[in-house]
Amino acid sequence: MKYLCLVYSDEKLLHSLPESPKDEECFAYATSVQNSGRMLAAEALQPIDTATTVRVRAGKTLLTDGPFAETKEQLAGFYLVEAKDLNEAIQLAAGIPAARVGSVEVRPVRQLEV
Amino acid sequence: MPACKARKLLNSQVTAETISALYQQESRRVLATLIRLLGDFELAEEALQEAFACALQQWPVDGLPEQPRAWLVSTGRFKAIDKIRQQHTQRKYQQQWLFEQDEDSEAFQADEANHQNWQDDELRLIFTCCHPALSTEAQIALTLREICGLTTEQIAKAFLTSPVTIAQRIVRAKNKIRDAAIPYEIPTPEQLPQRLDVVLKVIYLLFNEGYSQSSGDQLLCAELCAQAIRLGYLLLELQPDTETMGLLALLLLQESRRHARINPQGDLILLADQDRSLWDKALIQQGVQLVERSLTGRRIGPYALQAAIAALHAESPTAASTDWPQIVALYDVLYRFEASPVVLLNRAVAISMAQGPAVALPLLLALEQSGELSQYHLLDAALADIHHKLGLTQQARFYYQQALSKTSQQAEQRFLQKRLESLS
Repeated sequence: MKYLCLVYSDEKLLHSLPESPKDEECFAYATSVQNSGRMLAAEALQPIDTATTVRVRAGKTLLTDGPFAETKEQLAGFYLVEAKDLNEAIQLAAGIPAARVGSVEVRPVRQLEV
Repeated sequence: MPACKARKLLNSQVTAETISALYQQESRRVLATLIRLLGDFELAEEALQEAFACALQQWPVDGLPEQPRAWLVSTGRFKAIDKIRQQHTQRKYQQQWLFEQDEDSEAFQADEANHQNWQDDELRLIFTCCHPALSTEAQIALTLREICGLTTEQIAKAFLTSPVTIAQRIVRAKNKIRDAAIPYEIPTPEQLPQRLDVVLKVIYLLFNEGYSQSSGDQLLCAELCAQAIRLGYLLLELQPDTETMGLLALLLLQESRRHARINPQGDLILLADQDRSLWDKALIQQGVQLVERSLTGRRIGPYALQAAIAALHAESPTAASTDWPQIVALYDVLYRFEASPVVLLNRAVAISMAQGPAVALPLLLALEQSGELSQYHLLDAALADIHHKLGLTQQARFYYQQALSKTSQQAEQRFLQKRLESLS
């Protein structure tokens, strides 16, 4: 099964708390997941100041500056992993260093019915 | 008696009632195994019903099979395989599963004779139903439906909500189990303590639901408590740690007082006023033994401590001879594990018994001041009792009225009303 682990965190706190992970630690964890063969993709994201939201209405493309919703915690990165079941996915998610300061939402990937 | 004659006698006794009794006794275990084998709740439930339908047809004619449970699983499994074969739009994973089924058919036969496997299937199902990725409400509803075999109507009644709400809750939880792939497995040793805590909490809530209701369907309440105790024993076999022992002991000791705590009119009777000859001695003995075993363990926690307190009450021949100083000491330790205002309230009540109401009054007033229990009628009731004992009738009246306004439970209301009337 594929699971998407969405890493959310208050951007202002992500790098400023004593327990905030450094890039080296994040990279080391990503490498370990990669080596276990369960990694499909993973990236860290630029802050929401850089976000653009796209909608198409009546054939017209509408753009908004900023994320699609104002929330307390913002999407900071993601892991797309291959796991046997939810327990294994949770274990992978719990290892993501940013989980110490933010939260990780684990979502199973849906197969499109085509 | 020759074997064949005994066998014949057995055959002649297979009636719809026999099968119905067997359904009561075995259907949940058969379901647990079918869920493991089929990997799908809905499919397993249909297979279970079909297997019993077959039994109703065949057993009165052919006699009871040697191992009815294994027969039911095997029949249910074949019915499910047939069903999937018949369906044109097969999902990919089911095709894969069918393939595996043909491969391991022999292993299956050998497997099902093993008693340990049956138990493990029930445990797997418990850990699935009580998976921490599900909400507490969903955990409880699923456990009652799938493991205890209660109907959605019964669950709704027990939790004072509508059957539709319960049904939706169960469907949503089952969908999540399927779509997010929550596995059917007993957690690994490293995960077990954490996962066990969730299961223990569900069992505890389940028991309380059955125990705290004094009105309503008494049979249903007794059933909830009995199921909670059964699950406690099942977990104890898996993991005989102090908290599992402690919880089971706590349930047994509370259950021992079932017939003494409510009078025939459905009114609550306080612990101090209960007829102790009505307490179930056998349950007390089992509970006390478990408490003693649990207190020698290393991982002592809130359940073992609460059980130890319940044991002190249970072992006291009269209310007056209760070892209150020891109970206060246990509440002190409990507070270290569970820094909750409810523990403080119970501790204050114990202190009033051990050292007198004047010592306890400031503790209760401080609790009231903190506002944490502002909606909890038992704090007002305790404040009323203490003021009454100190001869402060006016304050006692005020707090009884406060307590009355905060509970909607009829038996509680009648109890408080009586107390209020006894003041004048």
